[in-house]
Amino acid sequence: MKRSVFLLLIAPGILLLTIFLFYPLVVTLAPTFSNNGPSLARYLAFFSDSYYLAVFFRTVWIAVVATLVCMILGVPTAYFISRRRRSKSFLMALSIFPLLTNPVVRAFAWINILGRNGVLNSLLLSWGWITTPLTLLYTDFSILIGTIYLFLPLMIVTLVGSMDTIEEEVTEAAESLGASRLVTFFKVVLPLSLPGIVVGSVLVFTGAITAYSTPNLLGGNKNMLLATLIYQRAMSLADWTSAGVIAFVMIVMTVVTVMVMQKVSRRLDRR
Amino acid sequence: MRKSVGLTLIAVVVFLFLTVPLIIITATAFGEASTIRFPIQGFTLKWFTATFASRSFMSSLGLSFALASYATLLALLVGIPASYALSKTTFRTNPRLRAFFLSPTFVPGIVVGYALFQFLVIQWRMPVFAGLLLGHFLVSLPYVIRVVGASLEQFDFSIEEVAWSLGCNKPKAFLKVVLPNIGSGIVAAFMLSFINSFNNIPVSMFLTGPGVSTLPTTLMNYIEYSYDPSVSAISVVLMGVTVVLMVIVERTLGIGSLAK
Repeated sequence: MKRSVFLLLIAPGILLLTIFLFYPLVVTLAPTFSNNGPSLARYLAFFSDSYYLAVFFRTVWIAVVATLVCMILGVPTAYFISRRRRSKSFLMALSIFPLLTNPVVRAFAWINILGRNGVLNSLLLSWGWITTPLTLLYTDFSILIGTIYLFLPLMIVTLVGSMDTIEEEVTEAAESLGASRLVTFFKVVLPLSLPGIVVGSVLVFTGAITAYSTPNLLGGNKNMLLATLIYQRAMSLADWTSAGVIAFVMIVMTVVTVMVMQKVSRRLDRR
Repeated sequence: MRKSVGLTLIAVVVFLFLTVPLIIITATAFGEASTIRFPIQGFTLKWFTATFASRSFMSSLGLSFALASYATLLALLVGIPASYALSKTTFRTNPRLRAFFLSPTFVPGIVVGYALFQFLVIQWRMPVFAGLLLGHFLVSLPYVIRVVGASLEQFDFSIEEVAWSLGCNKPKAFLKVVLPNIGSGIVAAFMLSFINSFNNIPVSMFLTGPGVSTLPTTLMNYIEYSYDPSVSAISVVLMGVTVVLMVIVERTLGIGSLAK
């Protein structure tokens, strides 16, 4: 292919991304680095403000716990799916379906369950386990449940893709050589699906720190995460600089996570 | 393989966790009470008729549909030639160019929305729809680059060279030989990009203006102020559409094509 044709074919994409993604980002974020001259004062202020720090750590904490839970539940489930024959495509469809369902609908589902008059409270009340309804909604707990619910299917689907490449002969060999199923799982399946676990975890973690509708609907005003905070700062308070600082912090968190993943995957590949 | 009780138990619990909340939503859409109750009392379809009669829901549904279609179309028009150029050549800069095309993935949706809002809506005074369209295009492009790129990697380019040597000019060979061969990749990219644009909230949050609102943002604002089964009814409609799309994909490409 001639260089001129090549440039012609990639030019529209390059131009659109430059004009409508990178230029706006630079224009929007540049002011956060100046305070009568170049300075990091706004970032220092962000990280020394106790409210912002609380939101920052809540975001990270929820993302870390959600990632761990998705890993712990997702790995066995994905292994279960990847070893099915007849029911496999049905179970895959069952995992993909929530992924394609609107996140607002998925958060709404948990409002119905965790609310004061929700399904869970009515069940517990009718069984006599509690006497007054529990406050479950608009807490860190409800954000966490909603986030796990949002991303567990993504973890499962990613892991099934990676576990499908493990030949059944390998696990059969391990078992015929006397390894129990549990040992086979931990010594053979788990190490071989490590690359998939890394990719899945990064998808869940970056998704969790940037999700908007779930913390907005399940967290309420008191339990902000970075994504809801940026919207509140910009739209309700017209505090553009804080919004810009939060935006940059979120970009850095995402990019750093992905870069760490690429390092880890490369190391896994080399083994 | 022998069945393992522990593994089956975990899988059953996980699938219950994934499906029961959506089953509850579906049930509550048919309840007669004016707030959401489960188990439901009575049976009615009035929430569905109310939804279809609601102006704000129907107009935002139309907007979301148009937005997802145009954004996906634009992403395909821009993304397919770029993927083709990147897979036909081996320039040293190609990996970096590919990363550049995938870069919207690394920018959180809410930040994309915020930057476009500041830049297009406030500074350039662009119409709201243009801002939304560009935002959704940015989100869709990586899907096209990734999925179409993957199917171009599978394509045997010697077939295209045969067409050239038989006298077909290059644009025609691309349209008649290359495109049909990567058709399934294009359809999968279309589906993924359409569904993700249709469901997107973070990008749209900043970019929806007075009278211009996507279905997910309308739904979210509605939930924040009222709590009645019409939200369940819309959810059921949306889930129904998802099921139909999944059946179509399963019949044509296999459900695995959406798991990329």
